[in-house]
Amino acid sequence: MARDVERRAKLVGRGLPLREDDVDTDRIIPARFMKGVSFEGLGDHVFRDARFDEVGRPKDHPFNESRFSGASILIVNRNFGCGSSREHAPQALARAGIAALVGESFAEIFAGNCVSLGLPAVTISAVAVRELQDLVEADPSLLVELDLEAKEVRAGGRRFALSMPESHRRALVSGLWDSTSELLPGLGAARELAETLPYINWSRPSP
Amino acid sequence: MSANLFDKVWELHRVGTLPSGRDQLFVGLHLVHEVTSPQAFAMLAERGLGVAFPGRTFATCDHIVPTDDQGRPFKDPQAEAMMSALEANAALSGLEFFGLDSGRQGIVHVIGPELGLTQPGMTIACGDSHTSTHGAFGAIAFGVGTSQVRDLLATQTLAMDRPKVRKISVEGSLGKGVGAKDLILYILSRLGVEGGIGFAYEYAGSAVRSLGMEARMTLCNMSIEGGARAGYVSPDEKTFEYLLGRPYAPAGADWDRALAFWRSVASDENSSFDDRVELEAEAVEPMVTWGINPGQGIPVSQSMPRVAELPPERREGARAAYAHMGFAEGESIAGKKIDVAFIGSCTNGRISDLREAAAVVVGRKVAPGVRALVVPGSMAVAAQAKDEGLDAVFLEAGFEFRRAGCSMCLAMNPDRLEGTQVCASSSNRNFIGRQGSSLGRTLLMSPAMVAAAAVSGEVVDIRRL
Repeated sequence: MARDVERRAKLVGRGLPLREDDVDTDRIIPARFMKGVSFEGLGDHVFRDARFDEVGRPKDHPFNESRFSGASILIVNRNFGCGSSREHAPQALARAGIAALVGESFAEIFAGNCVSLGLPAVTISAVAVRELQDLVEADPSLLVELDLEAKEVRAGGRRFALSMPESHRRALVSGLWDSTSELLPGLGAARELAETLPYINWSRPSP
Repeated sequence: MSANLFDKVWELHRVGTLPSGRDQLFVGLHLVHEVTSPQAFAMLAERGLGVAFPGRTFATCDHIVPTDDQGRPFKDPQAEAMMSALEANAALSGLEFFGLDSGRQGIVHVIGPELGLTQPGMTIACGDSHTSTHGAFGAIAFGVGTSQVRDLLATQTLAMDRPKVRKISVEGSLGKGVGAKDLILYILSRLGVEGGIGFAYEYAGSAVRSLGMEARMTLCNMSIEGGARAGYVSPDEKTFEYLLGRPYAPAGADWDRALAFWRSVASDENSSFDDRVELEAEAVEPMVTWGINPGQGIPVSQSMPRVAELPPERREGARAAYAHMGFAEGESIAGKKIDVAFIGSCTNGRISDLREAAAVVVGRKVAPGVRALVVPGSMAVAAQAKDEGLDAVFLEAGFEFRRAGCSMCLAMNPDRLEGTQVCASSSNRNFIGRQGSSLGRTLLMSPAMVAAAAVSGEVVDIRRL
């Protein structure tokens, strides 16, 4: 079953700098917005408590700045997306218009969740992140270009070497990032392997 | 060639290599709860797929369940909708479900081990980052996202890159008043909250060996806070003894087969590792976090760090932490007033944690103005605590003794902080807003230290109480 075959090799958009290390997924989407049985509407609540105070007044936050409205490439620092495994975090970002993330490093579950959604999360050096954030800050209309084939991020005449797990890059470039589609052909082999596992047929208690 | 447990278990479960280059990994036990699964079941239905291995998937409810009145429908309609969705999905797919009337409901990472579902040599996954807890048994256990829950339901496999393995050896004896929670907070303070990216952690050494199974769970539970996707302890006699007679543990002739298998997956002596860290148990003191990530912890006897004296890469995070916490550099953490004391969570909501806290509380009263809660990790923990009279100890002292669930660890149910309250918490995350108030402040510590803070009204050194 082929689905979601959509190559994500090149992306161009305006940048949104978010300068902070260790941004956790509770911050990206507070737990109270996970009360629901679908991901719909999460985009409205992205970074809710960082963007608005307890009575709903806007705070200083890049997501509140009109000059960055419509930006689609989020430029972050170290260990972005740490903490809870909630896929609600990249879902909220994607639904708020983010198409890719560039940062110094990403927490692994978060990075994996991004790939599952076809959302590239690429790393560039700490120095390059700061330079890119400065460039975008100085000129929010600047186009940031992600090229997963050439393995670089380009902006304002500058080129930054990007890295990401090779398997993630391959999945996005080939358009085969839907993991269920990738795994299903192996279901028969999985059934065979299961039979070889010592614990698979151990007696179960009577109910 | 000597192999470590991680490599042995991974190899045993590797179905093959996928087109992306990732391994297809069979998962022996999949645990499901109400928050991260409804979308996965919906995606499955949308694709016309069913659950491939219903007998290897178990469900319970923990995040949203109220810990007082559990009458249905729940007062919160959103919680009720999530609960109903899980019940319907489990029934439709033929999954065993440990609901509120089963006597076996509880936090998913508490009931897996308690029921004997969690076993050495298994691969385990759940849509929850604290799945690393199950590594305490010598299982390889990963937290995953909802799309991967869909993968698991559809194929009982995951697409994953094999991480590197770092052996963290802790030699010596932990001092009086120092336990597994202090040890993991110490490790996080040393290795950082991103130091584990790309790694699974093997915890070893005499100090780790001497920990009981529940303490090992506490240790492995917070591996994710260090950035490590998984953490484990190689199984030993304590592991086997814990499992013997558990409802889902092998029995009869299968028990002997199990022992042979479990021994075979233990890390070989002189196993190779990608990295090693050696720590001394004697250096660990009771720990308390002062900041907004679990790596920002210090011994209770020390003062909070001065930003200028921190490594450059930690300064900005420290400034943000001070801004939120309202503390000043160089202040002592001991003596900080608290408003709420929370004992519970998948980190520290087990019977040994409640015993440890009750031993501190007995004969004392919760300090005036402090709200103190005990939330058992499971119905079985609650029942055991009642059998031992621990509930009476807590109630007598002025604690609330509530029903099982995740509760104030992440405040998806009605248990939450208000305004700028400061909470001494036995949970795992001190992130901004984590306990339900965007202005709330969380101090992570061991259950004994939370109990000590509850009766003192402020952070105190358990060794001096």
